[in-house]
Amino acid sequence: MTTDSIPVRTADARPGTERNARKTTPSGRRRRGLFRHPGAGRQHHAGPVAYILLGIAALFSLFPLYWTMVAASTDNTRVTQTPPPFLPGPHLLENLGKAWQDAALGKAMLNSLIVAGVIALSTVLFATLAGFAFAKLRFKGRNILLMLVIGTMMVPPQLGVVPLFMMMTELGWGQKLPAVIFPTLVSAVGVFFMRQYLSEALPDELVEAGRVDGAHSLRIFWSIVLPIARPPMAVLFMITFVHAWNDFFWPFIVLDMTNPTVPVALTQLSAGYVRDQSLIMAGALLGTLPLLALFIVFGRQIVGGIMQGAVKG
Amino acid sequence: MAISTSTPPHGAAGTAPPAGTGGDRQRRRTLLHRIDLRGAPYAFVAPFFIVFAAFSFYPLIYTSWISLHRVELSTLNLMEWVGFDNYTALWDDDRFWNALLNTITIGVLSTVPQLLMALGLAHLLNYRLRGSTFFRVAALTPYATSVGAAALVFTMLFERDFGMINWMLSLVGVDNIDWENNKWAAQTAISSIVIWRWTGYNALLYLAAMQAIPRDRYEAAAIDGASRWQQFLTVTVPGIRSTIVFTIVLSTIGATQLFGEPLIFGQGPNGITGGADNQYQTLGLLLYEEGWKNYQMGRAATVAWAMFLVLILVFVVQRVVKRVLARKA
Repeated sequence: MTTDSIPVRTADARPGTERNARKTTPSGRRRRGLFRHPGAGRQHHAGPVAYILLGIAALFSLFPLYWTMVAASTDNTRVTQTPPPFLPGPHLLENLGKAWQDAALGKAMLNSLIVAGVIALSTVLFATLAGFAFAKLRFKGRNILLMLVIGTMMVPPQLGVVPLFMMMTELGWGQKLPAVIFPTLVSAVGVFFMRQYLSEALPDELVEAGRVDGAHSLRIFWSIVLPIARPPMAVLFMITFVHAWNDFFWPFIVLDMTNPTVPVALTQLSAGYVRDQSLIMAGALLGTLPLLALFIVFGRQIVGGIMQGAVKG
Repeated sequence: MAISTSTPPHGAAGTAPPAGTGGDRQRRRTLLHRIDLRGAPYAFVAPFFIVFAAFSFYPLIYTSWISLHRVELSTLNLMEWVGFDNYTALWDDDRFWNALLNTITIGVLSTVPQLLMALGLAHLLNYRLRGSTFFRVAALTPYATSVGAAALVFTMLFERDFGMINWMLSLVGVDNIDWENNKWAAQTAISSIVIWRWTGYNALLYLAAMQAIPRDRYEAAAIDGASRWQQFLTVTVPGIRSTIVFTIVLSTIGATQLFGEPLIFGQGPNGITGGADNQYQTLGLLLYEEGWKNYQMGRAATVAWAMFLVLILVFVVQRVVKRVLARKA
């Protein structure tokens, strides 16, 4: 799903507490809180029941992925027997290699990397520019324009696919990557996310000081805003990358199997051309691995980013 | 910059510059400065609006124009005016009502459990925990899995003869369920893919909101003798209400657009029909079938417009319900 969304920072969130939340780790905050106010509801230690329930939740989240790996490492005969396999078999690399070729994943990976990379870069750049303007620059119609940005989140982009498809055909971009890249070069969520961050983290005095020194707006953006905005930019980059990588509906419509992104290429596996179940699982695993790697390395940052400003696709 | 001291503060940009050769330069500088102050903000926000207008707003509006025409996929520039024929045809088409109902039932089946479970999960994550980062990242991992991969894996887990889920059910004496051909079973299976992918994400949104609830509200409730469960109902839930509304809105939008899960759960690109009897064809699939399988782009645009109307209708109903509830309270 590619539906854009609004950040969580709604009336619930107090600006003050949010700011604290950013500076200290959540656990640190809670520990201090516990010290000050014993007995309040939310800083109870988790009891065994809570751990068991959380363990079950983690199992539900992770098991399908684990099982994908298991199924991808056995062969078709084993995977279609009951009881189903629970432990990895010996064929993982062999199956990954075959699936790579059958689903033409090499090209798909490269395409997805280009598409997600370009979209994430441009989203971050334009969101920071616009977020800076909305947070710190005065101009006529600022509030109305900001409301417009938020309003655009309510419009699911899928609704325009028919004219979009006609437009891309006319431009000669059918089956080509620009058709996927251009419509998602910006994101309303990103703009709002950066605005929220900058209006809190960027002191007005710094911008004023830059003005007094005679710096023009772009220079202020370059040498004052960008260094401060680097952490949320990194988070926004990763979240946008995940969304762009997983985007399905529009790429499925406008691309074809000769030039697919990864999710589009994966449909090839379910279309019945590939009969071997463990190969199908190997393909699914391959298509997921890059993002899993991203999660293993930057999971904490992505979680933090979603909790700070929330982006959904 | 060298001119820094001689540049007037921007409020006084109109004052007369010093005479002499420096005057022209000075004037040009103040002019540039004013253009910069006035124009830069618009230039900074312009990329967003230009891209949105070109690739989202214009297509959305143009969709309604196309829906009044007969347009075929092979001859996209031949548009034949048909008035509201596409709409009446859609109204009389059983497949539309079927797809609409399926979209609603799958939407409810996927959204309601998803948000309730997310609420519970957020509550658990809000405890003081060892390894809280692990639990949070674990909860979010399904979100990193693309629809394509997730649907493939779940198709396998829900396989009739050798799937993991039927095997587990057989352990407790349940006969094999045909998760693809039985309508409700299929819709449940598809909903479970959505639930799996989005529960952790929503839980993190709730968790963020929960952490912003001031502690003294819990204290006050505790002093009033509220149990933990009562605290959850009277402090936590009201405290994150607007986040809950927000996730409902998002999930509803997502549900009306549902496409990848039912598509791949069937038989991939050949499974546009949403099962042999359209038992899980959603509006998204119908849109694709009309446009890219039956080559009727005008009809597809009509379906898109219908989806939009459904969405608006849902929000109007939600507003009304909310107002009625508020009046009662």
